[in-house]
Amino acid sequence: MSHTTASQKKSTDIRQLVATLGRVLGYMLKNYKFSFFMVVVCILGSALASVQGALFTQRLIDDYIAPLTRSVTPDYGPLAAALLRVAFFYAVGILCAYGYNRIMVNISQGTMRNLRIELFRHMESLPIRYFDTHAHGDIMSVYTNDVDTLRQLISQSIPQVINSLVTVITSFVSMLVLDIPLTLITLAMIAVMLLVTSRIAGRSALYFSRQQKDLGTVNAYIEEMMDGQKVVKVFCHEEKSIEQFRKLNDALRDSADKANTFSNLTMPINANLGNISYVLCAVVGAVLALSGYAGLTLGTLVSFLTLNKNATQPVSQISMQTNSIVMAMAGAKRIFDLMDEQPETDEGYVTLVNAREKADGTMEECSERMNVWAWKHPHRDGTVTYTRLQGNVTFDGVDFGYTPEKIVLHDIKLYAEPGQKIAFVGSTGAGKTTITNLINRFYDIADGKIRYDGININKIKKADLRRSLGIVLQDTHLFTGTVMENIRYGRLDASDEECMAAAKLANADGFIRRLPDGYNTMFTGDGANLSQGQRQLLAIARAAVADPPVLILDEATSSIDTRTEELVQKGMDALMTGRTTFVIAHRLSTVKNSDCIMVLEQGRIIERGSHDQLIAQKGRYYQLYTGNAIAN
Amino acid sequence: MIKTLLAQVRQYKKASLLAPLFTGLEVLMEVLIPFVTASIIDKGIEAGDLGQVYRYGLLMLLMAFLSLCFGVLAGRYAASASSGFACNLRDAMYQNVQTFSFSNIDKFSTAGLVTRMTTDVTNLQNAYQMILRIAVRSPLMLICSMIMCFFISARLSLIFLAAIVVLSAALVYIMLHTTRIFNEVFRRYDDLNASVQENVSAIRVVKAFVREDHENTKFQKAADNLYRLFVKAEGLLALNNPVMMFVVYGCILALSWFGAHFIVVGSLTTGELTSLFSYVMSVLMSLMMLSMVFVMITMSAASARRIAEVLNERPDLADPDQPDTEIPDGSIDFDHVSFSYKHGSGEKTLRDIDLHIKAGETVGIIGGTGSGKSSLVNLISRLYDVDEGCVKVGGKDVRSYDMELLRNQVAVVLQKNVLFTGTILDNLRWGKEDATLEECQEACRLACADEFIQRFPDKYDTWIEQGGTNVSGGQKQRLCIARALLKKPKILILDDSTSAVDTATDASIRRAFAQSIPGTTKLIIAQRISSVQDADRILVLDNGRVCGFDTHENLLKTNPIYREICEAQSSAGGDFDQPGDSGKDGAQ
Repeated sequence: MSHTTASQKKSTDIRQLVATLGRVLGYMLKNYKFSFFMVVVCILGSALASVQGALFTQRLIDDYIAPLTRSVTPDYGPLAAALLRVAFFYAVGILCAYGYNRIMVNISQGTMRNLRIELFRHMESLPIRYFDTHAHGDIMSVYTNDVDTLRQLISQSIPQVINSLVTVITSFVSMLVLDIPLTLITLAMIAVMLLVTSRIAGRSALYFSRQQKDLGTVNAYIEEMMDGQKVVKVFCHEEKSIEQFRKLNDALRDSADKANTFSNLTMPINANLGNISYVLCAVVGAVLALSGYAGLTLGTLVSFLTLNKNATQPVSQISMQTNSIVMAMAGAKRIFDLMDEQPETDEGYVTLVNAREKADGTMEECSERMNVWAWKHPHRDGTVTYTRLQGNVTFDGVDFGYTPEKIVLHDIKLYAEPGQKIAFVGSTGAGKTTITNLINRFYDIADGKIRYDGININKIKKADLRRSLGIVLQDTHLFTGTVMENIRYGRLDASDEECMAAAKLANADGFIRRLPDGYNTMFTGDGANLSQGQRQLLAIARAAVADPPVLILDEATSSIDTRTEELVQKGMDALMTGRTTFVIAHRLSTVKNSDCIMVLEQGRIIERGSHDQLIAQKGRYYQLYTGNAIAN
Repeated sequence: MIKTLLAQVRQYKKASLLAPLFTGLEVLMEVLIPFVTASIIDKGIEAGDLGQVYRYGLLMLLMAFLSLCFGVLAGRYAASASSGFACNLRDAMYQNVQTFSFSNIDKFSTAGLVTRMTTDVTNLQNAYQMILRIAVRSPLMLICSMIMCFFISARLSLIFLAAIVVLSAALVYIMLHTTRIFNEVFRRYDDLNASVQENVSAIRVVKAFVREDHENTKFQKAADNLYRLFVKAEGLLALNNPVMMFVVYGCILALSWFGAHFIVVGSLTTGELTSLFSYVMSVLMSLMMLSMVFVMITMSAASARRIAEVLNERPDLADPDQPDTEIPDGSIDFDHVSFSYKHGSGEKTLRDIDLHIKAGETVGIIGGTGSGKSSLVNLISRLYDVDEGCVKVGGKDVRSYDMELLRNQVAVVLQKNVLFTGTILDNLRWGKEDATLEECQEACRLACADEFIQRFPDKYDTWIEQGGTNVSGGQKQRLCIARALLKKPKILILDDSTSAVDTATDASIRRAFAQSIPGTTKLIIAQRISSVQDADRILVLDNGRVCGFDTHENLLKTNPIYREICEAQSSAGGDFDQPGDSGKDGAQ
């Protein structure tokens, strides 16, 4: 029973492998049809040339050297002519070989480039949900490990397999021309070689996958311990940690040893099966030639033996490639899995346009930037209406769950007038961040409606919706580039002056000027040399330069020192003036200054109102606010 | 560098020697086989003697069998030598990292160390195996084949010499150029991956600002650049095959021409000529292989360098020769201490600190980011050494104690703290290996951790995921405090360890300390004034100097910096409590 399921599993594995390989090859062919055609032509050319060469060795002995030895006055003329003819064929062969090798470089590297770009583009189009549900390390590993093994496959294994195939085929054609029975012997031996190879490859693949698993365990252990190395030191835990590591390390050594031992078997076994094949052909050939078997001359036999060697060598080369092909296919499958992920969909048709206000108060579209925007709303009857962008946001009976089974937000109702500040407070996991994820449609709601300036946000094109919303996240991410470029990320056509003005508004100007190159200081590795507070100031400046009517702020919880915190505070306050703001609040002052405070608990708004109202209510907010007093 | 690495071969020396030895024997067989083939042709087939054909055929089968055995053994030893070598490298690196002091650790990033111990070691393992097998095989093959050729016909062998010179020159030219381009390629490749990494972690920013197209264009440009470099390098490598063919064909033509002459004269047999043809192949193939090994080695050189860097890193702290084995009490003295992370850089993190703390005292430490709070407390358990002056615990210089003793008596709860995979109990027992459940519970009660642990379904057997991701920040901090308490230290240092704990719980932890471990000297670093204001004395640090050390009330009167911090926190900058950790967190 278990045997059948195992063999079924094996056959689906192989089917999947072949399917993936087909897809990789198809991907290669897609953009390089003509180049591929040229490669085939060149391969044929070079193959024909080498057949000529191989057949020549036979004629060399029978037709040229044998008569020469017999004649009294040897005439080397015919030999020289023959050699010249062969030299010509060789030259053609060499040119063709260069041709297909060189074209293959373009094909393989071009394919890798297209694959990388397509992979990246596709990744950028995926919904936030994908990034929230997949470990970032795993996504990265597709680029670093999987693309790399595929690169090796495409640029090394595939050309080598092609080369080997060419040699095998040409040798066979020549062998068939020379002698059929001997060819059959060679074929039989090659069948044996393939059989043995596949058996060994099966065993070594088993150990290789165990090795990968052990490597993963060791990797995870090292990562955890290196991350906590300072704790290990403080607790004098070194001995124990070494002891544990040794166990895992030894298991890895064992599986690596077995895997490599098996794969190392392939080469000598195949090479010597090749030798046996040679002996068999030599003996049988000799018997046949001596017994006067028709057509088998000494010269034929000699060239046949050379061909026999030529044919068996590439077979062992191909078999050596099987391991890397299997490994690369596993990587290719992960690459295609990512490329097959459903991208973010967008059915929105309401767009954001530059506008100006006409005398009668209605809006009119215009091409130049007037710092006034309107939602362009085409209707089914062909008419178009324009609504001024103001920053009015309403939630009406919104339910949401990250999975359909588990609703995390229940019946959220709220109303934000343009320019109002709405604060969310509540414990970790109450759903504060989730609400802000819904406004910009990082996630879509399950039930209810969210309206922006009276328009259902599902009708608004996502890009335009997001452009009208500014966002400052808790963890600030910076990009490789200068300070100026990082601020300009908010609005790509902002001038240097506008960026500096935004930095001043955000209170970031001061520290930026103290950086070694001021606004032209380069950041690498996510701006690792900046403090948390400075990074936040930059994020505020970035949002300020975008100048959106609605802001989403996620205040940082991490402790920054009092002085920088004051700067951040002032920067945030300046940014919030005149904008509708949703803020996940951790600071007392932010909460106090809000127009409306929403107290969230387990996905529901349990209290709402201004600071004074809520204090007077003596409910959950009062408890939170006076936490200290209650505990005492 | 190579010496450092080769030292790690250790118990696999035998395998490392046997592998090339058997490879050598295998090569010998392979070289002799064409010689036998020649005999089959000359003495058997040409002479029409079937008996000879059988005899030589049998001999060849025997040799093939021997060659197989040697090959298998060589593969076996090469595998065990290389995987053992890799295992030793990982072990040596891991052990050395364990001896690192804090300043050594600061030098390497976690990701860097992980890559060095996994990817880099795997690269070296493959290179080592390659060297054991092919680096021996190719030159041997080359030499043996050459000898055989000379044996057959010294004059015809001159053709080979010429061919080898041409081929080597071409290969060296190609290799030198490609390795240079490849080094550049791999640097660009890393950059490309770094930009992907950036996009993955900042995807929310990209999407929020609708910058997908902008990022795509940036990426495409980088990918195009990479493509051009790759094509340049591989385009050169594409010459390998045709050059090889050119030389092989040239040899065949020359051999045919001169061979024919020699046969006519009678100084060469047809069998010998065919043997020569097959030696042409093996000589040139081994040259090709050699050039491949060269590429492999240059590619793994970077890995080797990075591994050697870790192995050669020496801890900059050492135990004294005759360490003191007892710490009398928990008093702490700083005598005019100066400290910098980079010795002699002139940028002093701490300047002329002179402090005296009595045993059992509770001291609060406050100051801005970069004022030197963490640096100051890290000197007490000798995580770093001072530049000038000296730090004393129990009246004796910390450098006179055994480090393990010191660190067990001075418990530090680090700012960036971690829990490890395992149960809560496993984690707590880091503090005391043989602690009973009761002892653990006692420590957790002190750290206000017992209350939430009791609400977990598995209580103290609750499994902690890597990095403690399944407990909240506040819970993690309280578990870390409990872990440190289990050491029953004479000095307890909390480095901003309650920042994610709400003020109420924070207060009750401090109260519990005051009642239950009054004899322990307690140092508390905090951002919140409320966390330190009831301490016996408060140390105010500013820019690496002590600018006040007194009670809350006195500091308010005399210290402008302290007053400024207090005012800022009571008016606007204060935290709205993160109540998540006080009551609700048990639900997680």
